[in-house]
Amino acid sequence: MADILKRNKALSVNPLKASQPIGGSLATLGFNRAMPMLHGSQGCTAFAKVFFVRHFREPIPLQSTAMDQGSSVMGADENVREGILTIAEKSRPALITILTTGLAETQGADVHRNVREFREANPEFADVAVVAVNTPDFTGSVETGFAATLTEIIRALVPDAKEAGTYPGKRKRQVNVLVNYMLTPGDIEALRDIFEQFQLRPVFVPDISDSLDGCLTDEDFSPVTIGGTPLSEMATLGDAQATVVIGPSLAKAAELLEQKTGVPTYSIDHLYGLKANDALISALAEISGHDVPERIERQRSQLQDAMLDTHFMLGQLRIAIAADADLLNAFVDQVQEMGAEVVAAVTSCNVPLLARIPVASIKIGDLEDMELIGKANKVQLVIGNSHAVDTAERLGTPILRAGFPLYDIIGGYQKTWIGYRGSRQTLFDLANLVINYSHEEIPVYRSIYGQKPASELTDYPLSCH
Amino acid sequence: MKSTKDIAQLLDEPACEHNKKEKSGCAKPKPGASAGGCAFDGAQIALLPIADVAHIVHGPIACAGSSWDNRGTRSSGADLYRIGMTTDLTEQDIVMGRSEKRLFHAIKQAIDTYHPPAVFIYNTCVPALVGDDINAVCKSAEERWGVPVVSIDSAGFYGTKNLGNRIAGDAMVNHVIGTRDPDPLPLTVQRAEIIIHDVNLIGEYNIAGEFWHVLPLFDELGLRILCTLSGDARFREVQTMHKAEVNMMVCSKAMVNVARKLQQKYGTPWFEGSYYGITDTSQSLRDFARVLNDPDLTERTEALILREETRIRKELEPWKTRLKGKRVLLFTGGVKSWSVISALQDLGMVVVATGTKKSTEEDKARIRELMGEDTVMIDDGSPRALLKIVHDYKADILIAGGRNMYTALKAKVPFLDINQEREFGYEGYQGMLELVRQLALTIESPVWEAVRAPAPWRNPPCPPLLKGGNAMEGVCNG
Repeated sequence: MADILKRNKALSVNPLKASQPIGGSLATLGFNRAMPMLHGSQGCTAFAKVFFVRHFREPIPLQSTAMDQGSSVMGADENVREGILTIAEKSRPALITILTTGLAETQGADVHRNVREFREANPEFADVAVVAVNTPDFTGSVETGFAATLTEIIRALVPDAKEAGTYPGKRKRQVNVLVNYMLTPGDIEALRDIFEQFQLRPVFVPDISDSLDGCLTDEDFSPVTIGGTPLSEMATLGDAQATVVIGPSLAKAAELLEQKTGVPTYSIDHLYGLKANDALISALAEISGHDVPERIERQRSQLQDAMLDTHFMLGQLRIAIAADADLLNAFVDQVQEMGAEVVAAVTSCNVPLLARIPVASIKIGDLEDMELIGKANKVQLVIGNSHAVDTAERLGTPILRAGFPLYDIIGGYQKTWIGYRGSRQTLFDLANLVINYSHEEIPVYRSIYGQKPASELTDYPLSCH
Repeated sequence: MKSTKDIAQLLDEPACEHNKKEKSGCAKPKPGASAGGCAFDGAQIALLPIADVAHIVHGPIACAGSSWDNRGTRSSGADLYRIGMTTDLTEQDIVMGRSEKRLFHAIKQAIDTYHPPAVFIYNTCVPALVGDDINAVCKSAEERWGVPVVSIDSAGFYGTKNLGNRIAGDAMVNHVIGTRDPDPLPLTVQRAEIIIHDVNLIGEYNIAGEFWHVLPLFDELGLRILCTLSGDARFREVQTMHKAEVNMMVCSKAMVNVARKLQQKYGTPWFEGSYYGITDTSQSLRDFARVLNDPDLTERTEALILREETRIRKELEPWKTRLKGKRVLLFTGGVKSWSVISALQDLGMVVVATGTKKSTEEDKARIRELMGEDTVMIDDGSPRALLKIVHDYKADILIAGGRNMYTALKAKVPFLDINQEREFGYEGYQGMLELVRQLALTIESPVWEAVRAPAPWRNPPCPPLLKGGNAMEGVCNG
């Protein structure tokens, strides 16, 4: 439905996009005892690490193949093999992902061959899963990098039903849940709770709620992730009753999983707002065969009540959203459900989903684009990541911080957006931003015949709360 | 792309004492076990604080996308440096060889939109590898649009952050410094009785605005800072650096090539100093007077030092008793170890070990001078190694860069962030007050006890009356 406006300028100003290796790293960090390794120069990893540390406020396991001048020109096969070996020897993780960068891809690296070579040369590390993924930063975004990595991990670690003897429904209560990059640790925790209320056992793939949730452990230090989806679970996915997939960006991963296991897929775009959550709850009722629990019914009506309370502030509100496609789609649905208007929609790269997002046009671009379109369309509220705070300030609007990265607030990574409860909180947050932000008021008019005391005649600045 | 010869030349720094050693270069980073940034990182960090310049990162998204708007450096006015700009190269650009063209138009776009006094282009790995001639692009863009366009060829794979600092410094010396003379001194700021001297600071980044603690002292002494490279600097200030009477290298050798080359080209003497700690701040001010060889300035400097030191020591007194004897493990990258050591020793704290991974031989010599011969120097900056030293040497606090913050916190060890991303300024006499406040804030915090103690239902002392009950056995075993 939407008109896709392609990039038409040479310079990207205030970039919105985060790179594919960032997405690939995030997907990896959702597995237990995992270590992502970026195949590129040291800086690729250093920047990505700082990016995550600022967002999650956690130590982040992330390694580098440390390409230098010599290996950039002459070939870096040895760097990949040596890197895998070093990590395997030092911390014997369950999973290492090799994620390529623009540098490695431009050079023409073949990381898949490097992994095979490592396998042949080092059979003693057969228990360490190594998955190579092509994630150059000159194409795609954090969203596609995340999806590609998840797809490759499924390809490598989920056995085919025929060989493994798995069959759908063997584990009646198990539901596989593929979650995209936009679900926070807080979201996944809330989602687990919803599944459990239906007496279901969700297996999240990946599960950053167990690895990046800000938990203080007894251990001083771990070189690899603590928590996350255990790799042993990957072998059980074929026995599940169903697979729920959250996020259109994971379509390919879901397709592959279904192909390998035969477990039926329930695809859900997102979990923001009433309609989206109704779709999830209906699916869970169907999968579990249980009635919808009373508590969830109650939360649903609480959300309905909040929709009534907040529609005064959110109705016809002109909103600008800058986010990757899945997240953009989610917010568009949620705010349109409230009668708000999305007057500026900006995303970082072109994906099939964009065409069916119900807005007039979507600009593939950066935060400067959002600023310009927002200004032209008299935007009243901005939804975007921490980088967009300055943009909102220049536009003179409040901002709801969402997406990646969130570095100027504490606990942004933990916020729960999904479910009836999370959706209700989003509505409250949006409405409060509108209420508490100065807005246009009717200018004071003083009659020429008025008898107000003389002291009032000086022009006071108009008060805005 | 820079040739190996160019890089070797940059690594060959005659102003470094250890330069006489055999040119083995730095140890090759080990794949799978490396930490630290790249040359692009270093170049960008060194120059980004020049606030009115359009800084364009030429490369695919990861280089700028993960790093823009990521510094604590502050500007007193212009803020163009906070706008992230990148050519965000696509696969098409790279495969079809269109990245040079994109860069050319990107420069135009930046000039048209923001009218900057200059544009800096940072080259990154991918365009360096495909062979973009960014020097030529910059040259023709400059000719075409009449705005200086400076090429900073800093592909990440050239080497370390430190090398990137030098590449940045080199670009300034070769293309910017010396292209304009300083403004004449306005009559309003001239004082009949004293001579105003022109000076530069090199390697001062004004993190969190900390240099503004020190700048008023310069004004008082009649020292005009032509430029701080690069904290709160403007392009027009960098242009005039050749006219200074003396250069001060602040805190580190990262841009020592700038000081050396300015001496070579313009005969400007330079010295090294720091504004962390009372001792070093005073010493740096004294050194200005000494090198400028102005007896009147020396006299006024001594008076100022006496006044400031007396004042600050009095204010620090109550804090000193709280911090005295506390043991510090210092692991720093950007801000060099020795300068912080002196600040901590001023407070009566004990530095039990210090990181020297990025320190030069001369830095190390200085550390030995300050801490004694048998001081522990840490080269292995891995989290595990750091924590081991914290435990072995019973350190009360780890002072390190933000990257190590969560290593410390997860191990329940008090922590102070000293790197460029921090939000607090510690320079000068006044900065010491902030430093002690932050040190005490974490060391004395009640949260350590709260997070170190087990939950009350774990390992309680076994109440004798409940012995024998099966249910209790598991509970009391630990």
